[in-house]
Amino acid sequence: MADTLQFDLVSPERRLASVAATEVQIPAAEGDMTAMAGHAPTITTLRPGILRVSNAQGSQSFVVTGGFAEITQTAISVLAEQAIPVEETTGTIFDDLIAEAKSLAEIALPEDKAAAEKMVNDIVAMRHAAGH
Amino acid sequence: MPSLKDLKNRIGSVKNTRKITKAMQMVAAAKLRRAQDSAEAARPYADRMNAVMAGLAGSASGEGAPRLLSGTGADRVHLLVVMTSERGLCGGFNSSIVRKARIAAQELLAQGKTVKILTVGKKGREQLRRDYGQYFVAHVDLSEVKRLGYVNARGIAQDILARFDAGEFDVATLFYNRFVSVISQVPTAQQVIPAVFDEKAETVSDLYDYEPSEEGILADLLPRGVATQVFTALLENAASEQGARMSAMDNATRNAGDMINKLTVEYNRSRQAAITKELIEIISGAEAL
Repeated sequence: MADTLQFDLVSPERRLASVAATEVQIPAAEGDMTAMAGHAPTITTLRPGILRVSNAQGSQSFVVTGGFAEITQTAISVLAEQAIPVEETTGTIFDDLIAEAKSLAEIALPEDKAAAEKMVNDIVAMRHAAGH
Repeated sequence: MPSLKDLKNRIGSVKNTRKITKAMQMVAAAKLRRAQDSAEAARPYADRMNAVMAGLAGSASGEGAPRLLSGTGADRVHLLVVMTSERGLCGGFNSSIVRKARIAAQELLAQGKTVKILTVGKKGREQLRRDYGQYFVAHVDLSEVKRLGYVNARGIAQDILARFDAGEFDVATLFYNRFVSVISQVPTAQQVIPAVFDEKAETVSDLYDYEPSEEGILADLLPRGVATQVFTALLENAASEQGARMSAMDNATRNAGDMINKLTVEYNRSRQAAITKELIEIISGAEAL
């Protein structure tokens, strides 16, 4: 079918998903973007957020904490540092993530401070979006 | 000539040893399977990561390239990350890594460079301590880790990167065993900082739009790349360790079997000798009457 693209989500430890998708919503570094078949080839980094994959069977969501996505006209590969299906997330996972990001923000160098604090905010926003 | 009782005890003890080595071999076989699976599962990520980074690195080299890529401009202080196992009884697994690291350290020292050693796993640390103990800068203990995860690799990578940022070294090299098969593991030295890529990787950067920018992505990716390489090395090492242990224990089991056979023959022979001796004594006693 011409209007689907191959979607792969891999984390360092395993491959989480490999399906045909009609559209993929990506939490890119500078704002969410939705990719569909025929998208211009793009490589973007991810911010912590929710990745949503839709196809004819419905949609699946994953919580990702960073990494990057490689988009071509026919395929998307998302390489996430950590990726968890939204249904499997719990409050404690987010607590840990927030605690980790906060401790990083504390020790960050002045020039990285803003980025580290944005990271904390992104994770908090992600937690809201995931409904915890 | 050992007595019959000694021989019997000896056979019993070798039999026990054989049971233990056999059990260890089977455990190693099961663990090897798991280790291979996780190494397999980690491959797509590492491959893709390398491909994208190689593409970016091709276009970003030159002026203003990140230091993780271009290096510090010096080649004076080398950090050797020596990855070995936490447990012994795995044949030449640890020795082969240590030998490789030792040769590298000797060469670097002969060239008048400074060497720093970061050890992962206590077996290598023990072997290196006598000659190179004064070069140790840190040690990572993974003995409590049941299942290797990316978190472990990220911890090690963060330590390495922090030291690099602090200007503690110029070049970092990982030493580990690459898993080829159960009977063959290749000790490998892999330079991670500055990053090196295959020459053959084509530059694909023109094809893509980059968000935020090529440099931004590269700066984000390079530290991740270090963590990924450490993770791959850890997984390869774990699979190699189990493979080495499996074949070492297989040999030990076979040796124990041979030994039991030899001891049993000796035992039967001395038993027979004792019986014959007794018979001769009785017969000669009867004849003398």
